[in-house]
Amino acid sequence: MSQEQDQVQGDAGKWRIEVDRLVCAGTGLCLGTAHGRMRLDGGRARPVEDVITPDDAVTDAAETCPMEAITVRDATTGEVLAPLR
Amino acid sequence: MTVTETAGPPKYPFGPVVRLDLHPRYAELCRNEPVSRVTMPYGGEAWLLTGYHEIKEFLADPRFSSHAATEPDTARVTPLPLRPGNLLSMDPPDHGRIRKVVAHAFRPRIVSQLADRMRDLVDSELDAMEEAGPPGDLVQRLAIPLPVRMIVELFGVPYEERAEFRRYSDVFVATSAHTKEEINEARDGLEEFLRRLIAKRRSSLSDDLVSVMIEALDAGELSEVEAVRTGIGVLMAGHETSLSMISNVCFLLLAQRELYARLCDDPELIDPALEEMLRIIPLRSVGSFPRRASEDVVIGGVTIRKGDTVIFQRAQGDRDERVFEDPDTIRFDRERNPHLGFGHGMHYCLGASLARAELRVALEGLMARFPSLRLAGTAEDVPWKPGLIARAPESLLVTW
Repeated sequence: MSQEQDQVQGDAGKWRIEVDRLVCAGTGLCLGTAHGRMRLDGGRARPVEDVITPDDAVTDAAETCPMEAITVRDATTGEVLAPLR
Repeated sequence: MTVTETAGPPKYPFGPVVRLDLHPRYAELCRNEPVSRVTMPYGGEAWLLTGYHEIKEFLADPRFSSHAATEPDTARVTPLPLRPGNLLSMDPPDHGRIRKVVAHAFRPRIVSQLADRMRDLVDSELDAMEEAGPPGDLVQRLAIPLPVRMIVELFGVPYEERAEFRRYSDVFVATSAHTKEEINEARDGLEEFLRRLIAKRRSSLSDDLVSVMIEALDAGELSEVEAVRTGIGVLMAGHETSLSMISNVCFLLLAQRELYARLCDDPELIDPALEEMLRIIPLRSVGSFPRRASEDVVIGGVTIRKGDTVIFQRAQGDRDERVFEDPDTIRFDRERNPHLGFGHGMHYCLGASLARAELRVALEGLMARFPSLRLAGTAEDVPWKPGLIARAPESLLVTW
């Protein structure tokens, strides 16, 4: 199996968390919303793990981020799962 | 002062609130005892935090409960504690559940769509001020109309009912300007107002916040009490703070007029200038909303016992020399300005984007039209509203 296939299979059904660290204000809101999923690093948020098994707390964090700095995508298709609208 | 030394921690607040000045005691505490003990006007003793790092740590720590601070025995600066059910007085998981419902309306993307509307409003108010001729009152012409109009529109309060809503809100935000009974009456009045609004708007849902809350109510995502009290919280925080800040920023820039002149010369400085205003202006008259420790917690090497009440002076934390170089000087050239003007952690100001946009539009409108703007009298002549949670001038007469 090629590495690429392995990657795709490994990520199937998983989510990817992205933080725009230029936009992030380091409010720490997401650390409380998505407990254990986010951390502050140099005053800016960073996912503890970029690719995760689905967890609604993470989409809640993206929906409530006051800076709209967090995006949650389907790890395989890249489809945006949050924030919506 | 000739006060006899008494046993027990010093009385809080340390002295009268004067304009936008911070009592010198805060700076001493920040340097020597950033976690200190004080005796509050209501409810006994509390911890007072004055250091930047200590405040930030406190705000991010879920072991400090906002809900527990709604208990009647909580030490505080307001005659009554907050009522439970308001976003500000909630802990996880309730807080996250409710914040999610209301957060959408305040996202940067949504707020940026309101910028044109804000500019039109400011233009027409300033037209009227210019036409009437000097002196004009920036509180009546700018600081009140812009945030009140924006929040009632965003929320979905019919414009003709805004006077009723304003009447209650003036009392709602009192510390010493009104009695406990008056404040309770205003709270009841506002809750009734919100209940009527929800009932009335049920049949005419749109995309405003009250509609979003009605939908969430019907979906069982929040209770009626939560909808009513969170709605009040949003309405209050959504305009009293902004209108006070617009007034305070105008006051400060005109009281130190070289700041206003510098901004008119280089309008590109407006964003760093506003961040600096958010840092340096002590919007809260005294203290903060309290939180209580749900277990023993160590902050800045001091053990805060389970059940203890903690308040903080944000404006002093934002003048902490460990974080800000030359902290008492207003500078528009700070490379980093990680101020806590909108708070930190899970209760970070829901309306931060809205407030920033309103401040920017208000100031841009003023500078573009009145580069020669100045106070009509001296800075000492400006009357202030006493005994409210937020500081603000009563009126701000200007000429041009």
